[in-house]
Amino acid sequence: MISVENLSKQYGATTVVDGVSMVIERNSITVIVGTSGSGKSTLLRMINRLIEPTRGRVLIDGHDTTGEPAHLLRRRIGYAIQGHGLFPHRTVAENIATVPRLLGWDEARIRARVEELLLVFQLDPGAYAGAFPHQLSGGQQQRVGVARALAAEPAVLLMDEPFGALDPIIRAKAQDDLLDIQRRFGTTIVLVTHDMDEAFRLGDHVAVMSHGRLLQYDRPAVLLTRPADPFVSRMTGVSDRAMRLLSLTTAGEAALPGVSEGPAVAAAASLREVLSELLWRGADSAVVMDADGTRRGYLTIAAILERGRPG
Amino acid sequence: MSVRTALTVPRLRRLDPLGALLAGAGAVAAVFLPFVVLKSNRIVPGDPRGLLDALPAWGALGCQAVLICAAIAALGVSNARVRLGAALLGVAAVALAVAAAGDALTPAGNKVVRVAPGAGFWVLLMCLGLMATDAVTRMRPGPGLRVLFLALSIVVAGLALAHGTFDHLSVMREYAVNADRFAREARQHVWLALGSLAAAVLVALPIGILCHRVPRLRSGVLGTLNVIQTIPAIALFGILMVPLAALAAAVPLAAALGIRGIGAAPAAVALFLYSLLPIAANTVAGLKRVPRAAVEAARGMGMTSWQILTGIELILALPVILTGIRIVLVQNIGMVTVAALIGGGGLGTFVFQGIGQTAIDLVLLGAIPIVALAFSAAVVLDALAEVLDRARQ
Repeated sequence: MISVENLSKQYGATTVVDGVSMVIERNSITVIVGTSGSGKSTLLRMINRLIEPTRGRVLIDGHDTTGEPAHLLRRRIGYAIQGHGLFPHRTVAENIATVPRLLGWDEARIRARVEELLLVFQLDPGAYAGAFPHQLSGGQQQRVGVARALAAEPAVLLMDEPFGALDPIIRAKAQDDLLDIQRRFGTTIVLVTHDMDEAFRLGDHVAVMSHGRLLQYDRPAVLLTRPADPFVSRMTGVSDRAMRLLSLTTAGEAALPGVSEGPAVAAAASLREVLSELLWRGADSAVVMDADGTRRGYLTIAAILERGRPG
Repeated sequence: MSVRTALTVPRLRRLDPLGALLAGAGAVAAVFLPFVVLKSNRIVPGDPRGLLDALPAWGALGCQAVLICAAIAALGVSNARVRLGAALLGVAAVALAVAAAGDALTPAGNKVVRVAPGAGFWVLLMCLGLMATDAVTRMRPGPGLRVLFLALSIVVAGLALAHGTFDHLSVMREYAVNADRFAREARQHVWLALGSLAAAVLVALPIGILCHRVPRLRSGVLGTLNVIQTIPAIALFGILMVPLAALAAAVPLAAALGIRGIGAAPAAVALFLYSLLPIAANTVAGLKRVPRAAVEAARGMGMTSWQILTGIELILALPVILTGIRIVLVQNIGMVTVAALIGGGGLGTFVFQGIGQTAIDLVLLGAIPIVALAFSAAVVLDALAEVLDRARQ
């Protein structure tokens, strides 16, 4: 758990982050979203003390982060940035091994961890461990960047616009991978982005920032249904907010018990996808199936529409 | 008709422009310029001799045949290996011819008569040398191969010198007279060039790092070093004489260490000052080239400033820094020559003595090794920078 307490950063007369307090839950993904200059990156970088706050403090699992030298703190916190920041003169394996080396792991443990991470990120160790970053595609470089950030098994991972440089298809894949990784390792992830779609797709909680202030910090559905500020509703988008709301619930969560006719849809699909499928097929109801092929229940268009309204 | 143009046009286009220039210049030199100059002693103007007057007929004809082959290769052959082979054969032929001319024209036992290489020899050597360099460039050899070429050339030249092939030529006559001084001055030359370089690296590298870290300092510091760079060497020696002489007078230890207003001390200080700008400026440029994201990520992962500097920044900047060191080393090897003027020693001693005595052979005894040293240093450091750059990109 990360507690941010009344955190501020001033450069001269300019206040970049203004009295932000928030509690980030363990084993969740928290997305900080805002326009450029909103202070979201500065807030993130104060968590691992790349920037020292002017006022306020950050506690990780109850311990003040100023209690140890900044570089030792950072070795316990994963950090991934836009444009990956891989070291061009080191191989993929050496890049991933950076923090374990700093921590003095023995070679066998480092080698095993590098191999494990390459496999998790779908990179064949035989082909890629000895490759240099410039020999990789943009998507592969980004994956190595995240693998490097996770190498020393950090409990917390900070990500600063990690997918900003990727094209839409590769970005969607990278986002799916991140959700898998989070589930697999149980890492607490704090991610900064200016892309509201990305925030809704990834965030268990979303924090909206503007001009250095935290406007609202809540579950995505609450941001849509009860925006605390006109800026929040502008950021989340008014014109398609009903569809956004539907995209936050899966068919499995909304499935009604019982049996019905209609096309089969996956329990993991969002209500938005199910609705689209039903419109396309001209059907009124769908059968919700689990991944293993058992029936979970059914959904009707009316039941889905009910879920697209606030409250 | 159209068939003939189709055949001749590509052939004409294949006529190598650089090769044509070199072959033309070489031909003019071979025909019209003296191949060697025969002088009755080391100072008087000499009697010019062409290739045919200087050598036995078979030797002259053989040499000319090789030169004609080299000219044909320069004009019409596009294969770089063949061009290189022809150029090197030409160099060997010209070198052996000038050595043979020395043997043939020197009366037995006469130590006064001098046979000096003439303008024709030097122009031919330059044309063939350019042809060889051009061929090597076209072959795009790797850094290792270039150093190997250099080492082979040094070994061949060394063997020829050790064997006494050129002993009857005027320059080697001067060497024979000055052999022990030559070794001493050559050592002093290399010592001054390398010593001032090492001191400059120790000082300029931190200056460059500081200028990179604190951008406000950059223009002021680099500007000051730039001003030093523009002071003529002689003037800088003069400027340094006063404080160094005062230092020697005030501090006996300094005097005991050999620090005086003239001699090696001001020369070394001047070379050191000249060396600062290229190294500091290249350090700044090299560090600027390091990807910002890599440094940012390194900091975010908990590397210390020192670890980032030594493990990431300096290593990525090294090829550019080495280029600066290369510039300085070549510049120093040339500039040490002037140090002889203030008693700093080095191979320049022979150059200025030769100028004073109008003994051009003595000038060459200093100048040829200086050029060879500078060229070798450039080749080796270029190769080193390339190896590092290739490994780290």
